[in-house]
Amino acid sequence: MKTLTINGKNHTIEAQDDMPLLWAIRDIVGLTGTKYGCGVSQCGACSILIDGEVVRSCSLPVSYGIGKQITTIEGKTDNLEYLREAWEEINVPQCGYCQSGQLIAAASLLNTNPNPSDQDIDDAMSGNICRCGTYPRIRKAIHKAVKLKNK
Amino acid sequence: MESIQNMSRRNFVKVFGLASGGLIIGCQFSSEKNIVRIDDGTTFAPNLFVQLKKDGKLILVCSRSEMGQGIRTSLTSAIADEMEADWNYVSVEQATGDQKFGNQNTDGSRSVRTILEPMRKMGATAKALLIAAAAKKWQVAETDCKAEMHYVINKNNDKKIFFGDLVEDAMKMDVPTNISLKDKKDFNYIGKTLGSVDIKDFTHGSATYGLDARLPNMKFAVIARCPSTFGTVKSFDKTATLKIAGVENVIELERVKKPFGMLGGVAVIASNTWSAIQGRNNLDIHWDKGSNGQYDSKKYMQKITSRVHNNAKVAPPTKGNVNTAFSKASQIVEATYQLPHLAHAPMETPNALAWVHDGKCEVWAPLQDPQTARADAAAYLGIEVKDVTINVTFLGGGFGRKSKPDFVIEAITLSKKINAPVQVVWTREDDIQHGYYHTTNAQYLKASLDKNGDVTGWLHRTAFPSINSTFMPGANYAAGWEIGQGMNNNPFDIPNTRYENAKAEPFVRIGWLRSVCAIFHSFGINSFIDELADKAKKDPLQFKLNLIGKDRIREEKSPHPLNTKRLKNVMNIAAKKANWGRELPEGHGLGIAFYYSFYSYVATVVEVSVINNKLKLHHIWTVLDCGMVLNKDNVLNQMEGASVFGSSIALYGKITAKDGAIEQSNFHDYKMTRMNEIPPIDVTLVESDEAPTGVGEPGVPPVAPAIANAIFNASGKRYRSLPLSDHGLV
Repeated sequence: MKTLTINGKNHTIEAQDDMPLLWAIRDIVGLTGTKYGCGVSQCGACSILIDGEVVRSCSLPVSYGIGKQITTIEGKTDNLEYLREAWEEINVPQCGYCQSGQLIAAASLLNTNPNPSDQDIDDAMSGNICRCGTYPRIRKAIHKAVKLKNK
Repeated sequence: MESIQNMSRRNFVKVFGLASGGLIIGCQFSSEKNIVRIDDGTTFAPNLFVQLKKDGKLILVCSRSEMGQGIRTSLTSAIADEMEADWNYVSVEQATGDQKFGNQNTDGSRSVRTILEPMRKMGATAKALLIAAAAKKWQVAETDCKAEMHYVINKNNDKKIFFGDLVEDAMKMDVPTNISLKDKKDFNYIGKTLGSVDIKDFTHGSATYGLDARLPNMKFAVIARCPSTFGTVKSFDKTATLKIAGVENVIELERVKKPFGMLGGVAVIASNTWSAIQGRNNLDIHWDKGSNGQYDSKKYMQKITSRVHNNAKVAPPTKGNVNTAFSKASQIVEATYQLPHLAHAPMETPNALAWVHDGKCEVWAPLQDPQTARADAAAYLGIEVKDVTINVTFLGGGFGRKSKPDFVIEAITLSKKINAPVQVVWTREDDIQHGYYHTTNAQYLKASLDKNGDVTGWLHRTAFPSINSTFMPGANYAAGWEIGQGMNNNPFDIPNTRYENAKAEPFVRIGWLRSVCAIFHSFGINSFIDELADKAKKDPLQFKLNLIGKDRIREEKSPHPLNTKRLKNVMNIAAKKANWGRELPEGHGLGIAFYYSFYSYVATVVEVSVINNKLKLHHIWTVLDCGMVLNKDNVLNQMEGASVFGSSIALYGKITAKDGAIEQSNFHDYKMTRMNEIPPIDVTLVESDEAPTGVGEPGVPPVAPAIANAIFNASGKRYRSLPLSDHGLV
């Protein structure tokens, strides 16, 4: 038995040590907001925050998450809330599938860089693929979230 | 006011009482008891779209699948607009796959084009009933009443009744005969911007996609499929697989020989997805690679290229005599273009959860065409269609892949075998290696220029495995509709033209991908006319406008025949937006391309730089004329996305096969453009009162040739094959 702390709540689960956090979170804990996209850290759909920093949950074993604070898209942080507001105002998503990972990656960016430039955004977000092509709106929405936060 | 003609009072509407005390309004095309018919010749079948509750809550049903095009918001907003409903009361319910909702195939950029008016009628009918109910209550004429923001108002004294308070009376009303649709100037939602009804679910991770469907005691399955298309299992050893924690069963699956039948293989069933993946990795399978096991896409490209360099089957219409034109030419220009297979790669891989029990089957899956899935499932299980329920989840992207529900057959087969709910999960590797691929294509174009630089003759040959081959094995030539996606019906005014189609046999499953044959024919045609402009020593924009010729509406059997004026208009706007003809920085270039597809007009200008043989996109301007716009921001978002999708095709899109197996496997080798590669995208929508036409697909075809033309303008180098990564540019 292992205990994961996700969005402030403890979940005691049974899972093999090498099971990636992604599948433990989705199939065993039952939080499906974190998405599978590639399984090999190429697309960022599975992004989660561990102690405030973005990681690819498809490529880290469940054992890595023990004793740490995990935040998924179902969770709440200050930056996530501003980003959500900006995403909603700018109507960023198309199919929406990658947006969990996009929001989490953006939250991690704002955690370390409160006022990112376009270049900072591109650097931080280019690990996240959006097949629908919402990149220009994501860029815009991150700037917007900064404005909302500073208001 | 546009009156709805031929509507029979007796036949139009059925008012149903709801158990929960609401009003459902619908109309049905095929007549059964209590049901009615609209005799207006629309192709729209039985449907039930409006549910009004006593507390005013309004549930509107969306019959088309949501895959990012915003259809759940746009179609329902049309109902709400005509009904004069307050959008704040609206919630949207997704229709299950069922004939009673009319055609639900979400494909071909046709949802708004074909069912906007029927949806508006749903709303208008609801409004008429509510007005009739209020008029009766007030003992006034219906013409003395109007509806506004969820109320019916008595025009004589400004008294008003809330929609919810009219539910019971409205249920007793016969449908009034004077139903009419609103004027454009009175629209509340149509043509405006409405945020997605699902936005909060998207930003909180609470939208349920197929992969998120859950049932108690469900199992997860991952399937090993033969590397070459239609290969079969010779033998397999499951010993190591069964030792994996969580693995519960290993089941061999036989191929189902239908267009959307499953490929077959060996399925691993487990208590979670990861165990199923691990279990599959540990299978030891010997495959019979079958007749497609020799497929080598590189050699195949040489083969179809040599075929387009020779005479091929004529694809009418032929006009004049190209050979005479060529013999009298001042200049002859010829070029060959080659494009690879593509995979759809929606971010959510194909998947389905099925539960087959007690002679019934229920499915939860991301489906573009739930009715086909339902019919296929019923036929496969040998049960009646009514015993199959198809729940349409959100689609994490579709692009045509999720129109082909082979994954549903896999899930129902496994569920039936183990008597438990089973979710079949395609890994990304499965998705890239076992898809219904966008076809691969070779084209040869030859044209004659006279001494003025005008085009006098045009020969266009194309070869590509046809989508028809997926439906009719042995179909080795293109279907008429495939060639008709802009190849033998280009918009040019050229006196001598000839179109030919060469044989191309398939070695993988061929399917349609966002904008289909327009992808490669747009690349060939738009690249070639750019080459012609250069040879004619003319400005590419002026040369192309001239080639389209005078304003005319093409004589063709089409609901929306090509109007050259609209085509030239989008080109002129795009050029103006990009400030065409301006002085550019060193190493920069501008390229323009345009295409008429899905009855819409698009022109795209791209600014690139090529410095030290490295390509950078600097700006994309794209202009769309799709007639009347339903939801403006949705359309803008679709066009921005189409520019990104088209950039991926231009820069990276390539699926290749060797020894029958697809060589790419995941996003590291089947790449797509990322945020740092995408420049600002400037979208312009042409204001128009014309009938609405396609939006989801038409933005894609001009992008890749506009980039190639811009590279030529920047560097003088012409790239005639994609992707550009093959040329070391990215």
